[in-house]
Amino acid sequence: MEKKIMLGNEAIARGAYEAGVKVSAAYPGTPSTEISENIALYNDIYAEWSPNEKVAMEVAIGASISGVRAMASMKHVGVNVASDPLYTISYSGVNGGLVLVAADDPGLYSSQNEQDTRCVARAALVPVLEPSDSQEAKDFVKYAYGLSEKYDTPVIVRTTTRLAHSQGTVTLEDRVEVEDKPYQRDPGKYVMMPGNAIGRHVYVEQRMKAMAEDGSAFPINRAEYHDTSIGFITSGIPYQYVKEACPNASVLKLGMVHPLPRKLIEEFASKVEKLYIFEELEPVIEEQVKSWGIEAIGKEIFTVQGEYSANMIREKVLGEKVEFKAPAQVPARPPILCPGCPHRSVYSVLNRLKIHAAGDIGCYTLGAVPPLNVIDTTVCMGSSISTLHGMEKAKGKEYIKNWVAVIGDSTFMHTGVNSLMNMVYNQGTGTVLILDNSTTGMTGHQDHAATGKTLKGETVPAISIYHLCKSMGIAHVIEVNAFDTQKLEQTVKEEVARDAVSVIIAQSPCVLLKGNVFPYKCRPVTDACKKCGLCLKPGCPALTKAEDGSIRIDETMCNGCGLCMQLCKFQAIEQVEI
Amino acid sequence: MTKNIMIVGVGGQGTLLTSRILGGITLEAGYDVKLSEVHGMAQRGGSVVTFVRYGENVAEPIVEEGQADVLIAFEELEALRYAHFLKKDGVLIVNEQQMEPITVVTGAAKYPQGIIEGLEKEHTVYKINAMEEAKKLGNAKVFNIIVLGMAARHMDFSQEAWLEVIQKTVPPKTVEINQKAFLKGYENA
Repeated sequence: MEKKIMLGNEAIARGAYEAGVKVSAAYPGTPSTEISENIALYNDIYAEWSPNEKVAMEVAIGASISGVRAMASMKHVGVNVASDPLYTISYSGVNGGLVLVAADDPGLYSSQNEQDTRCVARAALVPVLEPSDSQEAKDFVKYAYGLSEKYDTPVIVRTTTRLAHSQGTVTLEDRVEVEDKPYQRDPGKYVMMPGNAIGRHVYVEQRMKAMAEDGSAFPINRAEYHDTSIGFITSGIPYQYVKEACPNASVLKLGMVHPLPRKLIEEFASKVEKLYIFEELEPVIEEQVKSWGIEAIGKEIFTVQGEYSANMIREKVLGEKVEFKAPAQVPARPPILCPGCPHRSVYSVLNRLKIHAAGDIGCYTLGAVPPLNVIDTTVCMGSSISTLHGMEKAKGKEYIKNWVAVIGDSTFMHTGVNSLMNMVYNQGTGTVLILDNSTTGMTGHQDHAATGKTLKGETVPAISIYHLCKSMGIAHVIEVNAFDTQKLEQTVKEEVARDAVSVIIAQSPCVLLKGNVFPYKCRPVTDACKKCGLCLKPGCPALTKAEDGSIRIDETMCNGCGLCMQLCKFQAIEQVEI
Repeated sequence: MTKNIMIVGVGGQGTLLTSRILGGITLEAGYDVKLSEVHGMAQRGGSVVTFVRYGENVAEPIVEEGQADVLIAFEELEALRYAHFLKKDGVLIVNEQQMEPITVVTGAAKYPQGIIEGLEKEHTVYKINAMEEAKKLGNAKVFNIIVLGMAARHMDFSQEAWLEVIQKTVPPKTVEINQKAFLKGYENA
């Protein structure tokens, strides 16, 4: 059988393929995005980018009810958006197998919080599987479909950034074509109104009990007995840290972390002298195990924050001093907007006008940090427009005359559009700046309903953001080239002053999008430079100050957008064709 | 025995391509291998680190402090940031290039001076101005493969195996220049 080195996310996609999945829906979000990108490569699976995670979940639910195996995938905060359908499909159960892949982000590599999906799953009464490497990522997805159909339940496969973005060897197998389940009308199961849901709740409680009992015999829950003086209960990536630091310790490796296989855990606990529970983020396993009267050590010594490591076990369990040089004290290198990014141009204007922005989720959140310092708030997808509206309703329309809401095109289509409807309906007067770079940028360029391309690469009619806004009855919708700083400045001044909702769509494709390279490079004209530093203000990484105060432009980094040239009052920067 | 390699640099410098080549060669050689990468926001000009581990049986996908056999640094400040990951007898391969982070550009911090000299006092250091060498080859972008070529001397694979995996990994149009770049570093080491 063929062996391949695969990213965790690629292996999940392979698992979906081999399990006979026919429908996949998702909204991009680090660290889950590559699942859909890889599923899209299989012709046997219909795969789409949905506008948001709630829609994606519902698409997968519909496919499942119709009788085929379906998958929805998203990052942890996407599960919040999808939780409305999730909590109730838990009651209905499935027809064709239904799997939700939820990608948590301990250590916050690319997220706004560090929430633990297992907590959501416990509340929603949905079982959770947790693989430990790429091979298991594939295997557990296949196993999840079996469980889903056997126990009539959606199943969450939980990953973390470290699993999703690690590569390991995977043995490939063939796809199994699963026959579609026959569809039968069954309102008692699929129409969740009170009379039906009361009965389904009883079923769900029985289901979770049955899974907890049967779970002790599931092959994915595995006790590895070695030296019994120390035992670990662990799962997912932390299992690998245990194996690294204590290869001889006894380990109960849980493949299913909800519901917990109590019998197996009690047996393991009785056989080891000192029991540790090693789980990243919340003490989900620990609190349940301790509630059964089992003595164990967990969050007393292991943090609830960030990622774990083998060194953590060496220090806190084995009492070893891990020897290495103290890290050097060096300047931080936080992420920044790319050279040639259209967001920088917009922010340079807002910064000059001393405008505050209610921000949103995307690369453009980086407008919050120096030297741009424009964004004051960022909560979640789509929140910019509604938080600005809330400020206005609290403090009056004069209060927001130096405020705008800033939101990207993909995020606007995700949930921003609802907030804009609300602003219109409830007679707000806010100014909304849609940074339209024709893609979902931060996650690595995914299409959406307003780009005119699908996940499978088909060309489709693009929804016009302009006409969408117009259709809400907004009189002032203005499209501006994001690099036309003069017109942008003028437009922002006019629109924030206006006592009505207005939308400014600042357009220019993401500079990293294929085929969007400016045919120029910017170059300093040293003689003309007055060393005023104005061009350095927006913080383009291609520009640095030389020792004599003049500027240097790194030709390998410069993308030729010309923003620095526009800012220069002395024609000391020129654009040259390349 | 598991071999621990780290590749560090600035988002956009091509750490992902380099790690893909490394992953490819270890798998071809029949090792168990795990790699860990950074995607998403940090890729936007931030500090990025990739771990590659290969051996009989690899458990964790990361390299921890004090455990790296080879540290490949595409930028000097990043070399300094991660130098404490090196084993006592680990080697550092560093590209002589300084890229100012935004914290330095805005004046909030100073770029440290004499980084390589300092590191040479404590570690075995191999340095190269790969950007210059890459420009001489006619494509500045392949500087990372030159650095990889230098690092390849400290791993257990043949020159032919490297050239073959490069051919399989990079886009067909760039095979020749990437192989040339690799040999430049390999022979320079």
